[in-house]
Amino acid sequence: MRSVRAEKVAEAVARLYREAACSPDPGLEAALAAGRAREESPAGRAVLNDLIENLRLARQTGAPPCQDTGTAVVFLELGQDLRIEGGDLLEAVDEGVRRAVREGYLRPSIVADPLRRENTGDNTPAVLHLEIVPGDRLKLAVAAKGAGSENMSALKILTPAAGEEEIIEFAAAVVEKAGASACPPVIVGIGIGGNFETAPLLAKKAITLPLGERHPDPFYAALEEKAIERINRTGVGPGGLGGRFTCLDCHVLAAPCHIASLPLAVNLDCCLPRHQTATL
Amino acid sequence: MSKPISITAPLTDNVLRALRAGDRVLIQGVIYTARDAAHRRLAQALREGRDLPFDPRRQIIYYTGPAPAPPGTIIGPAGPTTAVRMDPFTIHLLQAGLKGMIGKGERSPETAAAIREAGAVYFAATGGAAILLARSIRKAEVAAYPELGPETVLKLEVKDFPVLVAVDTVGGNLHREGRDFYRM
Repeated sequence: MRSVRAEKVAEAVARLYREAACSPDPGLEAALAAGRAREESPAGRAVLNDLIENLRLARQTGAPPCQDTGTAVVFLELGQDLRIEGGDLLEAVDEGVRRAVREGYLRPSIVADPLRRENTGDNTPAVLHLEIVPGDRLKLAVAAKGAGSENMSALKILTPAAGEEEIIEFAAAVVEKAGASACPPVIVGIGIGGNFETAPLLAKKAITLPLGERHPDPFYAALEEKAIERINRTGVGPGGLGGRFTCLDCHVLAAPCHIASLPLAVNLDCCLPRHQTATL
Repeated sequence: MSKPISITAPLTDNVLRALRAGDRVLIQGVIYTARDAAHRRLAQALREGRDLPFDPRRQIIYYTGPAPAPPGTIIGPAGPTTAVRMDPFTIHLLQAGLKGMIGKGERSPETAAAIREAGAVYFAATGGAAILLARSIRKAEVAAYPELGPETVLKLEVKDFPVLVAVDTVGGNLHREGRDFYRM
């Protein structure tokens, strides 16, 4: 049976989280520049100029482009034929987060208890999603997820009578309500189907997909395109100051669901999509 | 876009009254940071009639929690956080004499009205441009609550800190007007 040492997992999480927090999606600068070329609003163009200049500074200095280096969201796909040796897998993930925060000067933004709110000081624990899959590999995906956009995300259980249009209108309403708080132009992750708890996780996975990638199913790829077009008509614009370029990208993920239900979740991500993957 | 207007904190009524939603402004002088946890404490102190750890009269509060400063640097990346979360505390600070706030996003209609009635101004900084904004910070020292970690209140000295006027003293509201203009 193949094995991987827990220390290797900690090293990988540390590297991925730090890289995610400091180096946004490689396609971002081009996407912002393309949006700027189309943007009619002078204030919107000024915001895009700031964002592009800030990305250049991040590259030059190695510093994180946003002070909110996020909740560390870690997706692990653990092959059923892989053994983790020499330590506790879950502790290894948190150790990785701790190292990234210390070595990368990331911000500790996690409180130990939601009501008593004492900062843990090292951004642990990570939000961890673990899946057992066939094979003998461990796939890691780490996102640095900011709270400004997270706070404006929403869940709604529609009935099966609802169609594409209601889904798109709901997503547009979420983005409009979020306004500047989500740091537009935003990434819109739409999770459809599953149960009450499934749709938000699909929406979260959706925002970690590469910028510009369309759904492999043409039906959902078309839904993504329609949602982008509709969200760009909200007028929110870059920085929420009014404009045409509101939606940086939209990804849809769908899952089977009950004959009575149509769960829908919209997870927003800001203008700095920050995620990295690796396989051990 | 108009030519930027340079203003210096603490703010006078003449300066505040001349600002209009949409104006580009470069802030000079001393400003204080405070976000969620610090606002809770500041508002609590005011409700209990205690002095604040700094004199808020005519001052500006910047809603930010910077990332840690690497050795040899003044401050880490320091962009604005969502302003509407400070709304429940803002009225207390306005009553204590606060005249400026820097954050991102629209205020509630009630808070925007309270800001206007107090003759104060709310400024918007670009969310997601944290390194760019931190470059305008020339000095940073702890002013209060160091135990709050990233939510510590800092006294900052800024030079040409770039913002836009979002809520002015005469009813202008940059976010609302901008969105309404471009909505289709």
